Amino acid sequence: MKVNPQMNRRELLKGGASLLVTVSTAGSLTACMSERPSSTETAVQPRNTAPDRLDAWLAIDANGEVTAFFGKTDMAQGVGTAMAQIVAEELDVSVDTVTTVLGDTNLTPDQGGSSASSACRWGAQPLRNAAAEARQILVGRASEILGQAAENLDVEDGNIFVKGSSDTSISYGELISEEGFGTRLDWNKKYGNALRATGTAQIKNVEDYKVVGTSVVRKDIPGKILGTTEFCHHVTLPGMVHGRMIRPPVANALPVSADAQSIADIAGARVVHKRNLLAVVADTEWGAIKAARQLEVEWTETEAPFPHMDQLYDYIRQAPPVVSNGQTMTFGRKNYNVPRGQKAYELGPTNQALADSARVIEAEYEIPFQSHARMAPSVAVVDASGENVVIYTDAQKPHDVRAGVSKMLLLEQEQVHVIWLPGPGSYGRSDGDESAFEAAIISREIGQPVRVQWMRHEGHGWDPKAPAAVVSLKAGVDANGDLSAWLFHAKGFSGWDVKNNPSNPGDTLAGMQMGWQKWDEHNFATPDESYEFPNQVEYFQTIEAFQEVASPLRCAHMRSPQKKQVSFAHESFIDEAAAATGQDSIAFRLKYLKNPREIEVIEAVAKAANWETRPSPATDNNDSDNIARGRGVALFGGYGTYVATVCEVEVDRTTGRIWPRRFVVAHDCGLIINPLGLRGTLEGNVVQGASRALWEEVLFDQENVRSLDWNSYPILDSMEVPEAIDIVLINRPDEAPGGAGEPAHVAIAAAIGNAVFDATGFRARQMPLTPERIKLGLTA
Amino acid sequence: MARFVFNINGEQQEVQADPDMPLLYALRGDLALKGPKFGCGLAQCGACTVIMDGEAIRSCVTPMAVAEGKTIRTMDGLGAESDPHPVQKAFIKEQATQCGYCTNGWIMTTVAALEQDADVSDQDIRKFLSGLKCRCGAHMSMLRAVRSAADEMSENHES
Repeated sequence: MKVNPQMNRRELLKGGASLLVTVSTAGSLTACMSERPSSTETAVQPRNTAPDRLDAWLAIDANGEVTAFFGKTDMAQGVGTAMAQIVAEELDVSVDTVTTVLGDTNLTPDQGGSSASSACRWGAQPLRNAAAEARQILVGRASEILGQAAENLDVEDGNIFVKGSSDTSISYGELISEEGFGTRLDWNKKYGNALRATGTAQIKNVEDYKVVGTSVVRKDIPGKILGTTEFCHHVTLPGMVHGRMIRPPVANALPVSADAQSIADIAGARVVHKRNLLAVVADTEWGAIKAARQLEVEWTETEAPFPHMDQLYDYIRQAPPVVSNGQTMTFGRKNYNVPRGQKAYELGPTNQALADSARVIEAEYEIPFQSHARMAPSVAVVDASGENVVIYTDAQKPHDVRAGVSKMLLLEQEQVHVIWLPGPGSYGRSDGDESAFEAAIISREIGQPVRVQWMRHEGHGWDPKAPAAVVSLKAGVDANGDLSAWLFHAKGFSGWDVKNNPSNPGDTLAGMQMGWQKWDEHNFATPDESYEFPNQVEYFQTIEAFQEVASPLRCAHMRSPQKKQVSFAHESFIDEAAAATGQDSIAFRLKYLKNPREIEVIEAVAKAANWETRPSPATDNNDSDNIARGRGVALFGGYGTYVATVCEVEVDRTTGRIWPRRFVVAHDCGLIINPLGLRGTLEGNVVQGASRALWEEVLFDQENVRSLDWNSYPILDSMEVPEAIDIVLINRPDEAPGGAGEPAHVAIAAAIGNAVFDATGFRARQMPLTPERIKLGLTA
Repeated sequence: MARFVFNINGEQQEVQADPDMPLLYALRGDLALKGPKFGCGLAQCGACTVIMDGEAIRSCVTPMAVAEGKTIRTMDGLGAESDPHPVQKAFIKEQATQCGYCTNGWIMTTVAALEQDADVSDQDIRKFLSGLKCRCGAHMSMLRAVRSAADEMSENHES
């Protein structure tokens, strides 16, 4: 049995399968240490990845082993296994015979990498169709050989036989030719998330599924636990040196000069100073770390770029808006960026309705900058010493790394080979891709392969951040306690300050340091609205970044981008409206929900949590030992998925500490591919969501970011995680698979905040809900 | 540069290095081990954890000079696919990881703790794991895995 995609890819690259390839690179990294593969030698004969070729998606070898080529990556959710299930299903082979190759620009079509929880809902589509097409072709070949009509044939475990008779069978391996299939798919001529490819074969009916929908164990997990997985971090190349970046003490300061003498005692230590990029390299990793600490640098004198952190939210309130928009960001379904100067909403009727209301309630919520804070900071190994460039990266979007680096080095895309290998979990535009650009410049400059790894202070300090925002809401209430108007206004830094992928070098730190321009788009978000209220208007405004070029507070996508900020305010305020009118939080929501799937998840969560219908706050909250107990609910619909969450908290009145003791999650993502994998993904969503809600806040002063480690930027630990996360999966075989990597993450902060209100009567409107803030709120 | 000798996963190894270099770089660089990972270099996350003379330590802040002459176990030497350590077995059974980058710290910390005393309460488990970071939020599955490993190891001990 094959254990993980990388091991199998190694076999492939060694020429074990009929497909490829002349020279080994990835995988057999330690094995190839003796030869010195210059970048031209390592240029693996690329597969033809044109998406209209069936062979771009699938290969079957003479032993019947199947390889699926998936142009996305796995950010720790086990999507390689999910894709193997989908392919195995359509081909009627055992899932153990399918290996998924992920995110290698020479081997996989450009499906845009990991993005928008789209692996199963969009990314799987071409693979599913390709597998069905391959099955149809192979059955056609068998039908000629066996002299039987194709409809009289069936397939099991890759063996084709005459229905009702197992006497004669012929295996896929016997039918496959060296050249592959050689047939075309109908491709929509798009790349990235929008890529679709369709064949002539009918895909299976869901009721015939045998593999999809079952709990197949994740193929990538044993290697991670036995310590055999080839992480990107293990890559070494012959002649490779180690690099470390030098960051300015004041965020906008530029390097004037660096004194090479100050690191002369370290073996192989050199300064690389290209325009505003400053780095050191050394023979060993420890040498590079020491050189980075030791290097004496003269920086430009600058004016401190940031306001005092205490003024962050006032700054946001007062800053002139750049873009105003009333459209929610829904990834490809709407044109969600309105040109500057235009707006896509009309406030007049809502303001009038608010003025006419019997009562108006309003509240304002504050959400800080947050950091991806990946377990490992950015790493890349790059050989740009020759004509062609090889990049090993754990970045989410390898094809965009190829696009960006080739632009930056003035190369054709075909000259850059990006190989994705597993890394730490990553949640959007993290620091993951940054080091590939830095290492490319350094390697070009010194004519040697280089490994650049960031230090912890860079991982926290210099990754793109989730944007800070102020969200204000108003609701009009009529004489019956029903809502008569609803006004949602988010104002924050742009979630598109830098692009959500690195295809433009100007949207990377290194690219900006080299003089490339970042793009000029702006975005925040409004709710993926579940509720219908009368006179409802929802709009956002973005503001300019504090520092336009190479800022440690530049903003970009981070897990459920902007939806997390929006949801904290929106789902808290719905609770405020319910409480203000003396209504139960779930009963109140149900009055305004229309989508049956949203109604069903919220009813399912209420049932599983034994939700007692009553208004908040609780009058009898079991307040013993100074511990207040309460429950809260929150809903999210988006990414093709619907999820309702109940949180039960304990609030220590003495310390202000919140313990989210139990979560109950009802999750409907349409057709479920792998329930076991899905449960793991959902638990991770909830825990990280609670971490962001309770602890995470980027600290800065006027000069720079100051939360540079796990003490100053704490995340949830094993003492603080819940006692239980109870998950109700609602499987809808008739609905297309929705996303799962983000939806359950979105509403966790609101669920906790609502529970804290239920327990204590205190409404927390500033994230994170730290003990200090809660204690202050309880004593106010 | 100085010469350091220690026992790694049952074999005598020798490394030339600065005495102040953290052990982690010898393990990952000179010895090409894949278990211990660089996460912070500050002893805050645990990704670099190894077991030195029976204690779980953070190799990212342990100087070579301290490691000299010691017996060190890394995740690479714990068990093979055919014969995993009971803790690894439990982690595989519970699918107790997401990205797998922090996993080394959770496994090595657990091994050190349970080999000393596997008769632990759920709260004991939470406590001895509390100095570790996991960004993916795989805590719940890891707590289940450690519980199950502890049960198995304490049963074996009793029998």
